Amino acid sequence: MLELREITKRFGEVLANDHINVRVEPGTIHAIVGENGAGKSTAMRIAYGFYTADSGEIVVEGEPRNIQTPHDAIRLGIGMVHQHFMLVDTMTVAENIVLGAEPGSAASIDLRKAAKEIRALSDEFRLSVDPNALIHDLSVGQQQRVELLKALYRHARLLILDEPTAVLTPQEVEEFFAILRRMREQGKTVIIITHKLSEVLAISDDVTVMRDGRVVGRVKTSETNAAELARMMVGRDVLLRVEKPDAKPRGTVLSVKNLSVTTDGGDRGVREVSFEVRAGEIVGVAGVEGNGQTELIEALAGLVPPSHIGGTVEFDGREITRAGARQRYELGIAHVPEDRHRRGLLLDFDLAENSILGVHNRKPAVSVGPLLDLAGIRQRALEIIRDFDVRPANPDLPARALSGGNQQKLIIGREFEMRPKLLLVSQPTRGVDIGAIEFIHRKLVALRDGGCAILLVSAELEEVTSLADRLLVIYHGRIVGEVDPQRTSQEEIGLMMTGGRKEI
Amino acid sequence: MKLLRELMFPVAAVLAAFVVGGVIVWLVGDNPIQVYGLMLGSALTWPDGIGYTLFYATPIIFTGLAVAVAFRCGLLNIGAEGQLYTAAFATAWVSIKLGGVVVTGMSGVPVQPWANLPAVVLVPLAIAAAMVVGAAWAAVPGWLKARFGAHEVITTIMMNFIAVGIVSYLTQYHYRTQGDPIMESAPISEAAHIARLGSFIPGLPARLPVNVAFLLAIVACALVYVFLWQTKWGYEIRATGANPQAAEYGGINVRRQIVLAMAVSGGLAGMVGVNEVLGYHHRYYDSFSDNYGFAGIAVALLGRNHPAGVFFAALLFAMLQRGGIPVDAFSQHVSKDLVQVLQGIVILFVASEAFFRGSFGRFGLLKRSKI
Amino acid sequence: MNELFNLNLLFSAIRLATPLILAALGGMFSERSGVINIALEGLMLAGAFTAASMTYYAGSPWVGLFAAILAGAALALVHAVACIRYKADQVVSGTAINILLTGVPALLSGAFFLSSGSTPQIPKEHLIPYTPIVVAFTLVPLTWYVLNRTPFGLRLRAVGENPEAADAAGVSVRGMRYTAVLLSGALAGVGGAYLSIGQSSLFTRNMTSGRGFIALAALIFGKWRPVQTMFACLLFGFTEAVAIQLQGVRFGGEEIPNQFIQIIPYVLTIVVLAGFIGQSRAPRALGIPYQKER
Repeated sequence: MLELREITKRFGEVLANDHINVRVEPGTIHAIVGENGAGKSTAMRIAYGFYTADSGEIVVEGEPRNIQTPHDAIRLGIGMVHQHFMLVDTMTVAENIVLGAEPGSAASIDLRKAAKEIRALSDEFRLSVDPNALIHDLSVGQQQRVELLKALYRHARLLILDEPTAVLTPQEVEEFFAILRRMREQGKTVIIITHKLSEVLAISDDVTVMRDGRVVGRVKTSETNAAELARMMVGRDVLLRVEKPDAKPRGTVLSVKNLSVTTDGGDRGVREVSFEVRAGEIVGVAGVEGNGQTELIEALAGLVPPSHIGGTVEFDGREITRAGARQRYELGIAHVPEDRHRRGLLLDFDLAENSILGVHNRKPAVSVGPLLDLAGIRQRALEIIRDFDVRPANPDLPARALSGGNQQKLIIGREFEMRPKLLLVSQPTRGVDIGAIEFIHRKLVALRDGGCAILLVSAELEEVTSLADRLLVIYHGRIVGEVDPQRTSQEEIGLMMTGGRKEI
Repeated sequence: MKLLRELMFPVAAVLAAFVVGGVIVWLVGDNPIQVYGLMLGSALTWPDGIGYTLFYATPIIFTGLAVAVAFRCGLLNIGAEGQLYTAAFATAWVSIKLGGVVVTGMSGVPVQPWANLPAVVLVPLAIAAAMVVGAAWAAVPGWLKARFGAHEVITTIMMNFIAVGIVSYLTQYHYRTQGDPIMESAPISEAAHIARLGSFIPGLPARLPVNVAFLLAIVACALVYVFLWQTKWGYEIRATGANPQAAEYGGINVRRQIVLAMAVSGGLAGMVGVNEVLGYHHRYYDSFSDNYGFAGIAVALLGRNHPAGVFFAALLFAMLQRGGIPVDAFSQHVSKDLVQVLQGIVILFVASEAFFRGSFGRFGLLKRSKI
Repeated sequence: MNELFNLNLLFSAIRLATPLILAALGGMFSERSGVINIALEGLMLAGAFTAASMTYYAGSPWVGLFAAILAGAALALVHAVACIRYKADQVVSGTAINILLTGVPALLSGAFFLSSGSTPQIPKEHLIPYTPIVVAFTLVPLTWYVLNRTPFGLRLRAVGENPEAADAAGVSVRGMRYTAVLLSGALAGVGGAYLSIGQSSLFTRNMTSGRGFIALAALIFGKWRPVQTMFACLLFGFTEAVAIQLQGVRFGGEEIPNQFIQIIPYVLTIVVLAGFIGQSRAPRALGIPYQKER
């Protein structure tokens, strides 16, 4: 059905796709797996005409095709559901679906006809979507079905799905897979991009594995298993067990009671959460992404408006529920944010300037009055660069010039350097190379042993279980249990993370 | 090397603008080289050309700095025009009310001043009035943005018209001398006049209008540099402009920075009033601004939102402005309006930076500027 | 008091609203597609100058009007290329065009008519005082229909709200935006033409005197919707009409300061922007260049 031959794509310095070959048989569900940044999405976006390849060939149903724009791909019967939905919030389902392929004449869209066709399609695949609903009134799962309808409405014979399950609850995933199987029965071809091996095994017929922009293998799903796929994905038998002595926790540093956080949309991101973090221990928070972790950490860091917060937060015996970010920094709460580009860095500022974000308003960054001590700042930046192995070791470079791992080390260095009593750390190793991961893990343990209380959130179950001394499991904004990570199996935790079991 | 890279692009933009401007001159039937020669020659003669160039540069240094400071906070202050009008009126008002000037306005009833202060007090007060009122006028759109998310571009444009309306009302109905056919206030107290440079710089005739405000503009450039890059306040403003979410994470009150940056910006724009009222007209003169606020945008962009760049870009535009005068008189078809045209084209080119990346980059001319 | 608010005032309001409506509808196309257009002022000036000069030369207002449309569109093309092709800041580009157009007409009239900024008088029989009014008020429902009932309108709105989604659906974001900005230039050009060959009989220096900005204000006041925007234009036209009528009129010996009436549109717009009178939500992608590859 679709074949990518020797596709190469370069973004600036990064080689996103390096002569990749992918072949997808008609009438099958084909999984493309790989870690974040392996180049899966790029390859598929090339197939859909969102990007154009630097070199290589796209063959659709046996014919080499020139796909320059999504429009070309649509004409060839290719549809794509992107990880971030491509829907216009303020328009109706029908309007979104017909966009670009409007029925009727140039002078008038026949929305009635469209609605009829959409209903028919929706019934055929049992999607239950109302064509007249407004997109922003729909749940995420429903929006995803609108995306599917969009492709089906355009008579797509090949559907590319980019991380379709990332936003779904376990039940929704089951329903979704049922829809995919129904599509296969109708003769459609499906490509599913994912990094979740259990799903690959559950739904696909064939698997292509990618790593670092290259295709490293292709197997029949029936002839492989999770361990083999994992090895291909990561390139080695990783079980990043962190060597660490047992924690010697002391007094309580952070005490959270009945904390609730409302999101901007009015939903409750965090619901009545209570827990404590003691000095000298790492408390991990495990959960599927989007279950309230972001809101929890941002609320503890003082980044959520007080009006959105309920319950109390105590730090060192003081109530800080309503304190702002600055006040918390001054009390000794450091924060490594989950998204370093969005929150953690000023990408156009140099490393020296980035090294004082958060502490820029007081000594030692400030010398006299409001004046910054530029020489001192540069000196301390050099120390952070040295101690945390930031490369290249040049404080005058803009943060943008660094790789993700080095940017992360800079942030971690900056936050550690203020000698916090409490560290909030979120996704510390996302998009970071293996070497830096180990380095960061060691530093976290060292900080703990120095007596800091650490609250760690990570989407990598492996990471939280190996680093945490105690593990809280969060599901749907609630803490559904606390486990000893050494003595609980991943399966058990996984079950709790997906709401499988309420209490332990 | 870094400096060279920074300079490459603005210089290319200016050259490109001159080429396009030259084509226009040629199309309307004049010799571009002759016209440009006339302009440069007039702007660079000593002392008149240079004196006037510096005088013209003064207001646009201030507005350029104003736009640059706001821009560093991620705000586009299109409202320097309104800020400088209100500020200029305020400085005139102080120089009248506290300078012992009796105004016989439209009503025909003489209005007595509040005080008759000596120069040492009056001049600083008048300058402070310009800055405070300019700052306040700019803080309003800043507040509207911080509080309600109202886009500062639209609100500052609206505030420009409101400023013009209010100030012209005050001038026409309350501070214009009865019977004066021109829309201008009564003359300000002589104690509020600031010295022309010619009165103490040997060789520079005192008839040239360049005055102490020009020196203040240089000081302002230095202060803005220190403020932005060497104080925690400037750091917070720039961090807010670079990435508001990261700034928030760093404990910076983003909303406050928006209001602060606008206020600083407005205060700088307000300094134009010092040059115009205390240094030149010695009264508030309605619609005196020759699009200074908008020229400030050109100057800031061309100067890469850096005080040194602003200074030189302002000098360039001032030269054009000075050079436009003989163009009117001596060329056949081209008028001094060419200056506005050149300004517009420069802004277009500077804004379309990618244009130079694309076309010149291909020849490797600007490749290095990519970092 | 009563004789002030008569039928005359209403007609005068309609006349004064006409250029605003034309320019505001133009701005609407541009902004609904996601391109800020503060260049309306400059675009109107281009239209006004071109219409006056071409009518003078050709002796026909229709030639003038057509030329004004072309001039507006050509100038808008500059804005479009800067904003879409070169991803210039849209506000800055618009400002540049406004500054440019304070100079260009004066420069050209100096060269062609040896005057400093105005064109020669056009004889009365070559003016079109009514057609643009009809055009403007016809365009309002037409624009509504195009925006809400045609594929073009659907795509335009999608491009302005979520260009990525439109792109993924096979809609050319660039194509839509170019079309929209060119349309805005053409309409603003007609608006300008009405000023020089409809309301008056020649082009004078800076004859728009801020009408492009009032049109922009009306567009925001009308929440980027055609019918509401028309009413906003009528309101602003009415205030201008009142300001003109009140000139020199005294109430109990006190002259009514014109300035206060003139600033009403601007104050109202700020009030609306601040959310005091309902919410005015801009198209979500307004002002953001569409960047495909990051």
